[in-house]
Amino acid sequence: MTQPVSPPRERTDKVPATGETPAWRAVLFRADLRTLSLLGVLAVLVLIGGITRPDEFLDTRNLQLVLTQASVIGVVTVGMTFVITSGGIDLSVGAIVALSSVWATTVATQEFGFTGILFTAVLVGLGCGLVNGVLIAYGGMVPFIATLAMLASARGLALLITDGRTQVVTIDGVLDLGERDSYVLGIPPLVLVFAAVTVIGWLVLNRTTFGRRTVAVGGNPEAARLAGIDVRRQRLYLYLLSGLCCGIAAFLLIVLAGSGQNTNGNLYELDAIAAAIIGGTLLTGGRGTIVGSVLGVLIFTTITNIFALNNLQSDVQQIAKGAIIVAAVLVQRRTASTT
Amino acid sequence: MPEPTPSTSRRGLLFGAAAVSAGVFVTGCTSNEPSDAKPTANDQPVADDKPGKPVTIGFAGPQADHGWLNAINEQAKKRAEKYSDVTMETTEGSNDTAQQIGQIETLINKKVDVLVVLPADGKALTQVGLKAMRAGIPVVNLDRVFNTPQAYRCWIGGDNYGMGLNAGHYIGEKLKDTPDARVIELAGLDNLELTKQRTQGFDDALKNYPNIKKVARQAAEFTVESGQAKMAQLLQAQSKVDALWNHDDDQGVGALRAIEQAGRDDFLMVGGAGALSAFEAIKADDGVLKATVLYPPSMAASAIDLARALGQGKGIGGLAEFEIPTSLTCYSAVVDKENVDQYMSTGFK
Repeated sequence: MTQPVSPPRERTDKVPATGETPAWRAVLFRADLRTLSLLGVLAVLVLIGGITRPDEFLDTRNLQLVLTQASVIGVVTVGMTFVITSGGIDLSVGAIVALSSVWATTVATQEFGFTGILFTAVLVGLGCGLVNGVLIAYGGMVPFIATLAMLASARGLALLITDGRTQVVTIDGVLDLGERDSYVLGIPPLVLVFAAVTVIGWLVLNRTTFGRRTVAVGGNPEAARLAGIDVRRQRLYLYLLSGLCCGIAAFLLIVLAGSGQNTNGNLYELDAIAAAIIGGTLLTGGRGTIVGSVLGVLIFTTITNIFALNNLQSDVQQIAKGAIIVAAVLVQRRTASTT
Repeated sequence: MPEPTPSTSRRGLLFGAAAVSAGVFVTGCTSNEPSDAKPTANDQPVADDKPGKPVTIGFAGPQADHGWLNAINEQAKKRAEKYSDVTMETTEGSNDTAQQIGQIETLINKKVDVLVVLPADGKALTQVGLKAMRAGIPVVNLDRVFNTPQAYRCWIGGDNYGMGLNAGHYIGEKLKDTPDARVIELAGLDNLELTKQRTQGFDDALKNYPNIKKVARQAAEFTVESGQAKMAQLLQAQSKVDALWNHDDDQGVGALRAIEQAGRDDFLMVGGAGALSAFEAIKADDGVLKATVLYPPSMAASAIDLARALGQGKGIGGLAEFEIPTSLTCYSAVVDKENVDQYMSTGFK
């Protein structure tokens, strides 16, 4: 940096006139464009749904349905967004949801009623997250491998507990949460939980030291360490957080499906990663957006809903889903590079 | 901390189920001509409950990650325990083709007398079936069929086409006086051949009832979660429905939950497979579920019977043949309120 005064020519367009626009404003503008492009995708989908099935799609009940179905995977995705922002990955989320849900629905747990089920689900999620976190942060394991191991063993344990059976919940207090009577101002309780997790997640990532540390660890772990951040402890907390989200999601799933099954949460890891990436979170870490992730989840759920309303078969659904992932990411890249 | 559910009582139930279904099977075969079955019986080597030549059966079953598959493994195990002359070598259940091939090869090397195989994938496991047959070990192919009859001595399995057919006829008869009746279908995993067969049978049956139209079909994944999700959207898509056929009682738990959450009770539902929870709902008759078409897991118990008869070189009672047949297709009976008590003990959890 001891070079003479005249700066290299090509750098000027990369760093646009910092004197005129404050940096924070440029950042905000860029983030907004990204969010806007996602909202645009969602708007197009709503338009397609509204045109193809006006009576069914633009119905309050359908809005409640879409949001309810987005809730379970949405909560998982919020946790996943933190992990990916820190440069990690959690492949075990689906398996943790399965294990939490079946453990929480064993007959023994059901004897403790509502709180027994809720606490077991959350504790099992936290426990799995703790194991992931310790292995990665202090065992020095690559997140991909550690969480892959968790995926296998949690699914195995879930199968062992259920013996392949569907564990039906018989506690009314739990099931009531999914019924129409318990809607608050027309909003299903599951959606309220999802909204709360989203708001808390956004606040934590954008307004707290914890959030800044997460971004720093993902951007450059060595720089973060030199800046005085306990990188290992931060990583431990992040996998714990992901596990906690899985536990909450498992409880929501129990309410929704009225049972625990070892097949629960199938492929959640891929859906959550896809939603986060579409939302604008960098897979390499250092940048994460909760709003984007949630919009990603809503886009997926809306697509599924439109497909089902139009009675499309599953092969067509899968092809279209793949195409939309590609299209959304391409739109993302375009909007990100023009600013 | 909470403990996993104890399952001793369920085991007992399934054991009972196996015994009862065997009883039903035997009486069903002989009841038509009870008097003159006796005279010829002495001439034929027929398998019965009396201990005979010891037989070692190798059993390679599925990974029990679903209620029905779990029932298959239990039925086989309990049936083998019933016979003092049968020793069963069981491999760990597997969904993985390569792993199951390895397991069957181990059983071949152990020189078991007979093999009972429910393949993860019938086509992919054909070669190892052939290998066993060439090694002189007869194979009883359970449910998912091998590519060539050379790979097995006997096949016993369910009738997926028949499930669809019988479900369609049941619904057809119930709705034959309803003008412009609308029917929807919640199918199973679409990438399985059996799902296509079930749908084909259902469509073929509905062709007999010109007043009925199938207005929608969505595929779920045989899981409660997918059953709930797909059903919720099917109901949202179809404001007026007269009947629903759901391919599988396990995903039916989720489907029923979605129906309850949507507050719908304006149609009749027919399930598939024969889960205990479905039987109980049919018996209670307080919801939309009115019937279920069977895909009986007791076929695993029958497969052990066949393997034992095969090992002892005998035929089966009630038939004139000296040997066991090469193929047996189980009937997809419709269980509704009228006959549910008869089947209650065969319901799997």
